[in-house]
Amino acid sequence: MAHDTPVVTRSAEQQKYYRANTKAYMQRQVTNFAIMIFLTLIAFAAVMADFSKNLILPLILLLAGIQVVLQLYAFMHMEEKDAHEIGVVTMFMWTGAFFAFMMFLAFVTVIWW
Amino acid sequence: MSSRTQKKGFGATIWDYLTTVDHKKIAVLYLLGGTLFFVIAGFEALLMRIQLMYPENTFVSAGFFNELLTMHGTTMLFLAAMPLLFAFMNMIVPLQIGARDVAFPFLNSLGFWLFLFGGLFLHLSFFMGGAPDAGWTSYASLSLYSPGHGIDFYVLGLQVSGAGTLISGINFLVTIINMRAPGMTFMRMPLFTWTTFVTSSLILFGFPPLTAALILLLFDRMFGAQFFNHLMGGNTIIWEHLFWIFGHPEVYILILPAFGLFSEIIPTFSRKRLFGYSSMVFATILIGFLGFMVWAHHMFTVGLGPTANAIFAVATMAIAVPTGMKVFNWLLTVWGGSIKVTTPMLYALGFIPSFVAGGVTGIMQATAPLDYQLHDSYFIVAHFHYVIVGGIVLGILGSTHFYWPLFFNRMLNETLGKITFWVFFIGFHMTFFLQHFLGLMGMPRRVFTYMPNQGWDTFNFISTIGAFLMTAGVILLVINVIITTVKGEPAGNDPWEDGRTLEWAIPQPIPFYNFRQTPLVRGLDPYWIEKQDGNKEGMLYAEPLGDIHMPNNSIVPFVMTLGLFIASFGALYSPLGVADDSRVWAIPVLVIGLAITFGSMIYRSLKDDHGYYLTVAEIEEIEEQLYGKKGGNK
Repeated sequence: MAHDTPVVTRSAEQQKYYRANTKAYMQRQVTNFAIMIFLTLIAFAAVMADFSKNLILPLILLLAGIQVVLQLYAFMHMEEKDAHEIGVVTMFMWTGAFFAFMMFLAFVTVIWW
Repeated sequence: MSSRTQKKGFGATIWDYLTTVDHKKIAVLYLLGGTLFFVIAGFEALLMRIQLMYPENTFVSAGFFNELLTMHGTTMLFLAAMPLLFAFMNMIVPLQIGARDVAFPFLNSLGFWLFLFGGLFLHLSFFMGGAPDAGWTSYASLSLYSPGHGIDFYVLGLQVSGAGTLISGINFLVTIINMRAPGMTFMRMPLFTWTTFVTSSLILFGFPPLTAALILLLFDRMFGAQFFNHLMGGNTIIWEHLFWIFGHPEVYILILPAFGLFSEIIPTFSRKRLFGYSSMVFATILIGFLGFMVWAHHMFTVGLGPTANAIFAVATMAIAVPTGMKVFNWLLTVWGGSIKVTTPMLYALGFIPSFVAGGVTGIMQATAPLDYQLHDSYFIVAHFHYVIVGGIVLGILGSTHFYWPLFFNRMLNETLGKITFWVFFIGFHMTFFLQHFLGLMGMPRRVFTYMPNQGWDTFNFISTIGAFLMTAGVILLVINVIITTVKGEPAGNDPWEDGRTLEWAIPQPIPFYNFRQTPLVRGLDPYWIEKQDGNKEGMLYAEPLGDIHMPNNSIVPFVMTLGLFIASFGALYSPLGVADDSRVWAIPVLVIGLAITFGSMIYRSLKDDHGYYLTVAEIEEIEEQLYGKKGGNK
């Protein structure tokens, strides 16, 4: 039956492998988290330092973009290459992001400029 | 469990359809609902054409004409064409990919009821103080100041039915990604499944802008917000952008499934595999993708500036390339085939030149400088009716003939079908071909009457006669359906004898679990392959006969939607609204309606419903009742 959860017994060797994997995974998560905090700090610092508006706005938008990608890949599990139908998910995410960006661009250039 | 297949009483049948989660029954519901609205919207079109038959006619008033044209457009697109295409998607896609149902049967049912109640709500406007009258595009400055409740009906009705469409779109995406039978790779999927997939992604990306735009309009009209009011710092152009960011993909949402349907019909009756299958897939995806890059070509005359107009003009013309690929692929499929001109094939052959005519005028309008001349004239009306009627409606009517035996195990009468085609086809060209010239002569669209002796009189008269012919065609189809329902003989499986894809391999009547064993797919056109190999069963199996997991029926989707329907009346008469006739009961009704909806959502979330298992013994009993002998799959 497809809905039964199979019981998996691991050998000591496998257990070691999984532990190492989990550890590496945890390290990646913490690193990503640190990067994101750091990027947020830069954004705040740029505002605090009272740079020109023409620098702050693009900088913050750029940092926000990086944050979104990090968030998706690190915490929303898009980096897991062997996840179920991850190719389709990635394609949809990026196509949607592209459409959203195009609309944003059009609104900025055509309506609000 | 044999009760499941026994004859039921009237009440039990109604209850069965209210609670059903079976994709085949929901397809029938979509077919009925879509036809209802198709007839209503067609009748509205007929009234408009009668009004325009003579100059200075007074058949309907100017205000009622505005309501008719708004409701005709809105209903045809949202409540007739889309549900009818959803009917085919629901019926055929799970069968084509070898699935027992869609991924989320509950959501499938919810999507249908949302569409139906949204549509009914919209149409109640005729009896409750006037229908929406700002055109199907409902441009904001006009719609903001429209008196009465018409626009409120438009906003709330479309919001409810739009939610249903979005739900159905996501459902089909998940179904096609996850529920294909073993061996059914993406590049072996029949083209109708492919176009459904791309259409569903367009729904996924296209409907949220509409939802956002409708919410903004709702706030403007009901709570005195000023998003589109330029006097208060809003921007009326934002509505146009949001609407067309949705609206242009919407027309591809409609035409792509029609392309898919024709891509099933043409190879079947040319008795040849589809020419250039992979380029067809590529073209479908490309059309879907480009569909999001071109929305401003509806707004060339708004004054976006030459740069923006040029970009959108070029992007629009680019769409002709993948569309041309498709047209040539159809022609080359027919070329050298052993052609059988059945009714569906007749529709397909009529579709190709009609649609190309509509496409060519589309390229003319894509040329921004020329569009300044054509904008808001009857040329535009002629163009989009050539695309919509020549593409989508011919697709729907042809597929009605083609897939009727799959839906109801009966064949529609072929002779009557061919007569229907010719009456409808001639009527269609008669109505809309001359409208190109009316447009070039300067007749503006959306006018309720015109002065005599401007050279428009004869063409308008002929156009109206064409509309009568189209009506006669639809009536003939209805007669055909009635005759078939009363006198039809069971059609059996593969009634066209040249079925290529899995849906034709299933024995008729189709058991509610579709496939007793999941099929194994060995290539494109799996049924054709098995027929060529002399496989009498029509398919190979990927699994031994075992218990089948099926979802339980549920009334919750109906109740959930009923709550939204009730809440809509509360919102309509809200005390802050533009129309100055709020009711005391508005807020309580709104709260009660939303309470019903959220209550049923909570109930659905808290109650575990794992479905049930159909045992092998039950399957054999059901098949014995259906096909009269034990075990066999025919």
